[in-house]
Amino acid sequence: MLDAYRRRKVTDLLVRGACVLAAVMAVIPLGSVLFYVAERGISGLNWAFLSELPKPVGETGGGMANAIVGTLKLVGLACVFGIPPGVLAGVYLAEFGHSRFGGVVRFCADVMSGVPSITVGIFVYSLIVLTTKHFSAWAGGVALAVLMLPTVTRTTEELLKLVPESLREAALGLGVPKWRATLRVMLRTAAPGIATGVMLAVARVAGETAPLLFTAFNNRFWSSGVDEPTASLPVNIYTYAVSPYEDWHAQAWAAALVLLIMVLLLNISARLLVRNRVGAR
Amino acid sequence: MSSPEAASLVRRRSTILARFGHEVNWGDFVFRRATAFVALFVIVALLAMALAMGRSSQVSLAKFGLGFVFSRDWDPVHESYGALPFIYGTVVSSLLALALAVPISLGVAIFLSELAPKWLRGPVAFTVELLAAVPSVVYGLWGIFALAPWLRDTVEPLLAKFFGFLPLFQGPTRGYGMLAGGIVLAIMITPTISSVSREVLRAVPGALREGALGLGATPWEAVRFAVLPYARSGLVGATVLGLGRALGETMAITMVIGNRTEISTSLFAPSYTMASVIANEFTEATGQLYLSSLAEIGLLLFLVTVLLNVVARLLVWRVGRLPEGGRL
Repeated sequence: MLDAYRRRKVTDLLVRGACVLAAVMAVIPLGSVLFYVAERGISGLNWAFLSELPKPVGETGGGMANAIVGTLKLVGLACVFGIPPGVLAGVYLAEFGHSRFGGVVRFCADVMSGVPSITVGIFVYSLIVLTTKHFSAWAGGVALAVLMLPTVTRTTEELLKLVPESLREAALGLGVPKWRATLRVMLRTAAPGIATGVMLAVARVAGETAPLLFTAFNNRFWSSGVDEPTASLPVNIYTYAVSPYEDWHAQAWAAALVLLIMVLLLNISARLLVRNRVGAR
Repeated sequence: MSSPEAASLVRRRSTILARFGHEVNWGDFVFRRATAFVALFVIVALLAMALAMGRSSQVSLAKFGLGFVFSRDWDPVHESYGALPFIYGTVVSSLLALALAVPISLGVAIFLSELAPKWLRGPVAFTVELLAAVPSVVYGLWGIFALAPWLRDTVEPLLAKFFGFLPLFQGPTRGYGMLAGGIVLAIMITPTISSVSREVLRAVPGALREGALGLGATPWEAVRFAVLPYARSGLVGATVLGLGRALGETMAITMVIGNRTEISTSLFAPSYTMASVIANEFTEATGQLYLSSLAEIGLLLFLVTVLLNVVARLLVWRVGRLPEGGRL
């Protein structure tokens, strides 16, 4: 009897230990990645990297200023194309989404969020690049926007549903039409949370490479406007990492550091934003 | 105001409204339709994706038919294309990733939702979720310069020494290959599986847990006999969701798997995945048949991941709706 009890206790301890071990093992790769990127990235990072164009193959030095600007441009375009429809679709799902149509939209959004990013690349390629006959920044922006759309939609819906109904009722009671109550009261109350979700989505697409390979393509020079092929940090990291040149490898690490700082800053500040608000309530 | 024209306007408006809905306010009428129209975009985008890919792969579908899936040839020079090496590489690397990631992710999820002290839950969950924030291409870079050399010099020789009798661990150790690919994928899908599993475990009614503990079960026994059976379908769903991620993952695995169209039983050997071949060859593909074959691989990938996602969502969704027998 006592023996069985002890065995159960030991099993319990062993399983707890295994779970702790699992948590540790899950965290180790993150530590390793951050360590490598920080160590090698810092030694490759210098002012020239941030301010100069890439040098021709074979010459050392140069930088990725065009890719840094290109990434910002692509992400900006993705926001322009992706956020407004995402938020509006989310508003629809939260306000009128009990219908069959709403269910289908919700389902499609969920399925779409699991579609591989490379197939989104093929989709935008055949939709835009083949029609316009050239790679362009805005094709890349559309590809990233398609990736953002489901996340933004579902986050907006979830957060609008969290807003207390009493706020809407108060607005309606004052004689405000429903659409104004939704836009001016509900959406405004949910705005910080939606901003968090949007920032997370932006952080995710900022690091996407696969959909840019055949939409924005790449460019060794500055691209003007949005109608030319555009360099981006993720695509450059890929190209430089698989190249045979030592110097390019160092630049790939520096680019990874810059990209990682951008992405993690967005991600962490988004999470802190929501945590502080929850704590304050 | 009471002119006949105004009265007829009001009448016309009310007939329109009666036909389309119950709104009494033009603003609401427009607002509802406008947002519904935008929401339609989501459905249209998904359908357009399927359509665009189907259309681009028409040439290859017509030429190779079903044989495309079973042929091992990938020969741009002789215009002969078959997807089998890529399907093999994708399936095996994803299964390997699942084998590594599922136990760890479940451990993390159980730890976070059942066993860990409250103060530790937040930070650990935060860290695991940051894993998902690191861009794929950065994992690839890390894979090339940190993981692959470590595998080549330390892990693979050890595996060959102790398990070398298995065909899985034979052949030269290069670092790049199926094993590296599987490990990178495992790292990338761990946050997905563990966070969905945690949500699923949270959806299990507390009364079940408390009932088991009240009967004298140890915390693990409560999880094992009360929580896990209830959550099973959701946990399977989380795994399937992770599988979907692994199948479609592109950059990181392209950078470490070696990109060779061979089918080998050894995990040390280089391989190629469906996503990788598209990433590598799509912009360089010359000729309609070549492009079309790549598009068909994309179509296959798309269909499989959509199917897996549908299945996974249904499984996860079920857990929240099981009969509960009185929630506290």
